[in-house]
Amino acid sequence: MIELEGLTKRFGSKVAVDHLSFQVRPGIVTGFLGPNGAGKSTTMRMMLDLDNPTSGTVRIDGKHYRDLQEPLKYIGALLDAKAMHGGRSAYNNLLCLAQSNRIPSGRVDEVLDMVGLSAVAKKKSKGFSLGMGQRLGIASALLGDPEILMFDEPVNGLDPEGIHWIRNLMKALASEGRTIFVSSHLMSEMALTADHLIVIGQGKLLADTSMADFIQENSRSYTRLRSPQFERLRDVLHQEGFTAVETAGGVLEIDGATTEELGELAARHQVVLHELSSQRASLEEAFMQMTAGSVEYHAHSDRDPAAEPPAVGAGWGETWNKPGSNDTEGK
Amino acid sequence: MTSPATPQDRRQAPETGLLSFYESPIPIRPATLGDAIASEWTKLRSVRATVWTLGVMVALMLTLGVGTALLLAANDTNLAGEPALALGLFGVLLGSLCVITLGVLTIGSEYSTGMIRTTLTACPSRARVLAAKAIVFFSLVFVITTVTATVVAVFQTVILSGTVTASGGAWALATVGVGLYIAGLGLLSLGVGAIVRHTAGAITIMIGVVLLPLVLAPFMFADALRGVQRFLVEYSIPNQLSALYGTTMTSTGPSAWEPLLVMLGLVAVALGGAVALLNRRDV
Repeated sequence: MIELEGLTKRFGSKVAVDHLSFQVRPGIVTGFLGPNGAGKSTTMRMMLDLDNPTSGTVRIDGKHYRDLQEPLKYIGALLDAKAMHGGRSAYNNLLCLAQSNRIPSGRVDEVLDMVGLSAVAKKKSKGFSLGMGQRLGIASALLGDPEILMFDEPVNGLDPEGIHWIRNLMKALASEGRTIFVSSHLMSEMALTADHLIVIGQGKLLADTSMADFIQENSRSYTRLRSPQFERLRDVLHQEGFTAVETAGGVLEIDGATTEELGELAARHQVVLHELSSQRASLEEAFMQMTAGSVEYHAHSDRDPAAEPPAVGAGWGETWNKPGSNDTEGK
Repeated sequence: MTSPATPQDRRQAPETGLLSFYESPIPIRPATLGDAIASEWTKLRSVRATVWTLGVMVALMLTLGVGTALLLAANDTNLAGEPALALGLFGVLLGSLCVITLGVLTIGSEYSTGMIRTTLTACPSRARVLAAKAIVFFSLVFVITTVTATVVAVFQTVILSGTVTASGGAWALATVGVGLYIAGLGLLSLGVGAIVRHTAGAITIMIGVVLLPLVLAPFMFADALRGVQRFLVEYSIPNQLSALYGTTMTSTGPSAWEPLLVMLGLVAVALGGAVALLNRRDV
C-alpha cells in the first residue's frame, strides 16, 4: 500500500508535480499514465525518497521511505534499467544490493534465474542489450521479494517477446497479492495490464479510476459512412434525425445508430455508399483527449493528432475487448 | 499500518477468495552499517579501476623507492646525517595521484552510471552509505600503502646498509604515518567527489589541490606575499607528506605527526559537507 498526500515538487518556478494525492492498493496492477513530461518519473523518485518533495508526503505501508529498515524487502523498483555499474558483472551488481539489505546471496542466483539471465551472470552488464538490461533491473527489483513493486516504463525499447514477458510477470506478481505500480505513456499497454488507472498531466491528477470504468466511459462506438453523394446523404440523415459529424475525407460519423438502420436508410433513399462500418474509438484516443490540454512537449504540426483518430481498427487499444486479452472480468 | 480500514479488508480476503497481502518467505532482519560495508566491499573489489589504480600505485612506490636506493648505492653516495627513509617519498607522491583517482571514482562512478539511485533506494540513509564507502576505501588504501611503504623502507635500509639508520619513530611515520596520510588524502577525494558529483571535475580539483600551491608559491615575489608564500609551501600536500619522512622544504611548518591532524581536519570537513549535501539534495 502506497499513499501519496498533497505531493508537490517544484523545480525553480516550474511545478513538476502538483498536489498529487492517491493510493496504490495491494493485489492489483495500478497503471500510472501520463504524456512525456507529465511528472511520472519525478513522482516515482519522490516515492523512493530520491527527490525531496517541496511539500506533501509519501507513505509506504504507513512509513516514510527513509524509515524502512531494509527497503528492498518492502519495495522493489525499476526506475532506469541502466542504473547499474557497467563494469561490474550482473551477479556482483545484484550481490552488493543484496548485501546492503541482508538478503542471502543465494537469492541473487534465484532472481537471475527468474529473469533468464543465469547464463550471463558473470558477464559485465555494460555489454547487455536493452532487453537484458531491463531484465537485470527487474531482477534487482525482485531481489528482496518485496510486497510492493514499482516499474517506470518497463516495456520501453523491448521486443514483443520481452513485452509479453513483462506483462505476464506483472499479472503473476499481482495475483500473489503484491502491490504493482507501473508507469507508461502508452494507454494501449495499460489497457492490457492494469486493473486500476491513475492519469496525470502536467503534474496534476486527471483521473483515478478502475480500468473497467475508464473503458466504459471512454470507449465511444459510432458508425462510419462514406458516399460519393455526400451532400444528399447528409441531408437524408438530417431529415431522419441522426446527428452526423463530418470528419476529414468526406467521412460522416454517426453516434447511436446501428449499421443495419443506416444501411436500410441509405437503400430507401437510394444513396450510394462506399463505406458503412461500425467503429469503436480507441482508448489511446480517449487518453489523448483527456491529456490534450496538458501535453508538455508538442510536435508542431498542422494536423492535431488528438483531433484525428489514429488508423481506426489498428490501434493496440482495440484489443482490450477481445475475449481473454484483458482481465476486466469480475468487476 | 496507519490506515486500518483497507488492510483489515484484505486480511479477510482469503475467506472470501479475493485478495491477500503478499508475505515473503525471506526473513526481515534489520540491516546495519556492517551490511552496508559488506555491500561497499563487493562494489570496490568487483570493478577494474580498483585493481588498476592501486596496482599502479604499488608498482610506482616499489620501482621508484627501490630504484633510487639502488642508484645511490651504485654511486657510493654518502648519506650520513640524511633522513634514512626519505627515498620512499617519490613513489608515494606519484602514487597519491592514483589514490585520488580511486577515491573520486568510488563515489563518482555511482553518479556517472546512475548506480547511485539504486544504491540509495537500497539504503536510504545517505550517512550510512557514505560512512560505509569511507570505511571500506580507507581500510583498503591504508593497508596497501602501509604494507608497500614498509617493504620499500626495508629494501632501502638493506640496500643502503651501513650508511643510514632510522629510529623507531621515523619507521612508524614512514610506514603507518604515510599509510594513514595517503588513505586520508583518498578520503578527501571521496568527499570532494560526493560534493562535486562529477568524476573528471573532482579529479581535476584534487590534482589542483595537491600541485597548485607549489606551482604558485615560487612566483610570489612581492614582500607582502611572503607570508602567503610560506604558508602555501609549508601546508602543500607534498611538503606535508615529506614531513612524514623527516624532510621538509622549510624549517617551520607541520612536522612529525602534525600533517595527519591537518588531513584529519580536511577529511572531516569534506565528508561532513558531503553528508549534509547528500541529505538535502535530490539524487
